[in-house]
Amino acid sequence: MKLCITAKGKDLESLVDPHFGRARYFLLVDPQTLAARTIENAPSAHGAGVQASQLMADQDVGAVLTGSVGPNAYQSLNAAGIAIHIGTVGTARDALAAYLSGTLATVAGPSSQGHGGGRS
Amino acid sequence: MIIAVASGKGGTGKTTVAVNLALALSTTESVQFVDCDVEAPNAHLFLDPQFNTADVVSKRLPDIDSATCTQCGACVEACEFNALALMGGRMLRYDSLCHGCGRCGLVCPAGAIGETSHQLGCVETGRSRGFPFARGVLHVGETMATPIIHALKKEIDASATAILDAPPGTACPMIATLHGADVALLVTEPTLFGLHDLNAAVDVARTLEVPIAVVINRAGIGDHQVAAYCQEQSIPILATIPYDRSIAQAYAIGTPLIDAVPSWKAHFLEMAARVKEVAA
Repeated sequence: MKLCITAKGKDLESLVDPHFGRARYFLLVDPQTLAARTIENAPSAHGAGVQASQLMADQDVGAVLTGSVGPNAYQSLNAAGIAIHIGTVGTARDALAAYLSGTLATVAGPSSQGHGGGRS
Repeated sequence: MIIAVASGKGGTGKTTVAVNLALALSTTESVQFVDCDVEAPNAHLFLDPQFNTADVVSKRLPDIDSATCTQCGACVEACEFNALALMGGRMLRYDSLCHGCGRCGLVCPAGAIGETSHQLGCVETGRSRGFPFARGVLHVGETMATPIIHALKKEIDASATAILDAPPGTACPMIATLHGADVALLVTEPTLFGLHDLNAAVDVARTLEVPIAVVINRAGIGDHQVAAYCQEQSIPILATIPYDRSIAQAYAIGTPLIDAVPSWKAHFLEMAARVKEVAA
């Protein structure tokens, strides 16, 4: 199982990017070995949350650590059985430590309004 | 001729200008009023139209037969709008993201995708104050305004002067309204917000190759940067409407300005003559 931390930079020292679908980078981390791989996000103009969720499912991610997720991403991640941890702050490494110590809460619903799907 | 009354910023006075322009012009020639702000139409509050037709506007949605679907993901890959996802062995469809283009059905190798239809809103037509009035109404909870605007624009009578009250902003609904107009009459206010959003609206109109004229509303607040910008960009300012309590009072009770203050009729007739010069 892999974790995905949304980040503003390419490594674990970067700050967590609070927007899931339009995050700058996705850091895929193996929680056992702490080996990390970086994917640069390329969100499209429409449906970035669904697009990012599909990427998580395709990459076998088991849990997402981010700031907030919109309704479409929430539904997609749920359907894929991917755990969602929001309200993550600080660096990606801080988020990882909080996850490993079990202090991050999971969510029971979308934590932000959608963006892109609006005025289309 | 199609005159689109638009603005980048919301609440600058588009409806005030469009309604009074239509009322003034209707005394000298045949006009038609088209309220394209389908997310929040409000011109009816001032023109009190009687509607006699209402046509439903729908969009197409993919109808995926789960028994035939092989979950190959071709449709997910093909969708420009990320309206489809393949998650946990299930196909997911996001109706608010779907633009109804039908591409998913074309690429499906299994022939598992048919079509269903989803109601977005309606187009209503009728008459107001002696001239035709049309508007679109997007259902509450729907996000896709453009199919309604496209359907609404089919009601435009090419033989009349059509006044289009555009949606605010510079996103798809505003672009759909401006597209094909003969002139964009951009209403702004002389503030930094007004200038910023006017600039965005000017960019859209220029990209669409629609000639531009400006009306400054609430003149007297803010500063002179909008006027300076228009001069620098060679955009004519056709009128300035003062920041005036009596104008706000008429608006608040749904009375068109030229009904409340008849001397404004001449100003709007002059504005109409000048906007036609810009369009020509």
